Amino acid sequence: MLTEEEKEEILEEVKHYPFPSVACLDALKIVQKYRGWINDESVRDIAGLLSISPEQVDSVATFYSRIYRKEVGRHVILVCDGISCMILGYDRVYNHISGRLGICFGETTPDKRFTLLPVSCLGDCDHSPAMMIDNDHYNNLKIENIDHILAKYI
Amino acid sequence: MEKPLTKHIKPDGSQLDLKNYVSEGGYAVLNKVLKKMSPADVIKEIKESNLLGRGGAGFPAGVKWSYIPSDKESEPSRYLVCNADEMEPGSFKDRLLLEQHPHQLVAGMILSAYAIQADKAYIFLRWAYKKSESVLRKAIGEAYDAGYLGKNILNSGFDLDLYVHTSAGRYICGEETALLNSLEGKRAIPRDKPPYPAISGLFGKPTVVNNVETLSNIPHILENGSEWFKSISLTGEGGTKIYGVCGRVKNPGLWELPLGTPMREIIEDYAGGMSNGYKLRGALPGGASTDFIVESQVDVAMDFASLVPLNSRLGTGTIIVLDDKTCPVAFIHNLIKFFALESCGWCTPCREGLPWVEKILRSIEDGNGRERDIGILKFHTVYCGPGHTFCAHAPGAMEPLQSGLKYFHDDFVRHINEKHCPWRS
Repeated sequence: MLTEEEKEEILEEVKHYPFPSVACLDALKIVQKYRGWINDESVRDIAGLLSISPEQVDSVATFYSRIYRKEVGRHVILVCDGISCMILGYDRVYNHISGRLGICFGETTPDKRFTLLPVSCLGDCDHSPAMMIDNDHYNNLKIENIDHILAKYI
Repeated sequence: MEKPLTKHIKPDGSQLDLKNYVSEGGYAVLNKVLKKMSPADVIKEIKESNLLGRGGAGFPAGVKWSYIPSDKESEPSRYLVCNADEMEPGSFKDRLLLEQHPHQLVAGMILSAYAIQADKAYIFLRWAYKKSESVLRKAIGEAYDAGYLGKNILNSGFDLDLYVHTSAGRYICGEETALLNSLEGKRAIPRDKPPYPAISGLFGKPTVVNNVETLSNIPHILENGSEWFKSISLTGEGGTKIYGVCGRVKNPGLWELPLGTPMREIIEDYAGGMSNGYKLRGALPGGASTDFIVESQVDVAMDFASLVPLNSRLGTGTIIVLDDKTCPVAFIHNLIKFFALESCGWCTPCREGLPWVEKILRSIEDGNGRERDIGILKFHTVYCGPGHTFCAHAPGAMEPLQSGLKYFHDDFVRHINEKHCPWRS
């Protein structure tokens, strides 16, 4: 079931649009903000609130790369593998994080602290290599600083 | 050298707030335009300025606006959408204008909405631009409080509501009709054209979609006139351009320069030249979906017309440099991997063709390439190219591949003959 808080935020978004179904993506983002990912129950709940079919909600949820339909860790690390970060050596950043956490792209640590994902460009191309953890950008990455950055996320 | 878009941007990266913008004369142009010019006058002025769309396609902004039905009574609902999705790898120019000069964009959107008589506008923002989001929301709040947004703006009788919509990823959202589907809460699949958005856009209503940099130019053109705008560029195409450089250069970054500044000048004088120990081999002039130009061509003027004879495009004007220590096959593979992943899956050539190209490039890069692979790649540059797909996604992906096969043919052959990547130890 959606919380009162989630419902309220979704209905606030609905006000910006001519009909409720338009807020589908906003609703998914709001629920994901509180729960980390979108499970089947949330898909049905959002569909009910916006008077559309669960299939319609799921078609949207599965399309967008920043909506997670599988459980993710408490923090999501997005390592940029875009062209500028490739030239400047994103693979060293990935290898370090992967080695430190013992997970590859697409995996979550057993304690559910981190999920590691690739991302194609964060718009930090003038400060490559770059990554994002949750909503925080890190760029001009140096291998020796990465452990310190990871330690901030518990 | 005039730099209208960035002259007030502070080097420390901080945001220009309402008070500072107003003290620099910002928003004053609203009084002049909303009270003394008709929407048709505004469109005429922008047309005469020859402002070409800065999102990459270079379509004249004033012409796009003129397709909106001028009779407001017959079509009362109409929309202005700012495309701030900027998802193409190697493109980061709009971030500067969004993060550090939000009121310039808001003012540009008010004036543009007035020209097309829209009373609702949306900013479609790249998901990763978290700072831009908070800066924009703050700026829009300030503009409402000061009476620049909302009902009866500055007692002119013109109303406008402006909303920020943050995206959830997917490069295809930058395609304007896919963007409209995304904004409607659907999968971001491009729409059939015609009808163009100016006739049937957001929610089926007349809509204009313009890029951040395009809209940010509007206040300056209406303040100083179209003749001034044309005079500040080095070519017939009006205005300045936010150019960027990334890759192995000493000083990667963004600079506002007259449109038509030579690429060599941008790379050597502004980006500081190549990093020590690296040589320039080629460059993509304006993002991942533009054709390579090579070292002997870098004196080209960076404007829309000058790159055409080199079979390339200005695109976003953010240059990605290929150096001699980066493998061109790996470089192109990285781009194609991106495009294959980001295909929306709607049409077959793109959905099936791009992953095939990606696999072939990967096998060549890994030393498993066969002689006939180059022919298969060339075949795809035609059949995933213009005229064979639903939108410009796959044709864009083919641009660096087709020019890469031409300019770096020997490197492809070496991978296949030597059965390994010569750049890997």
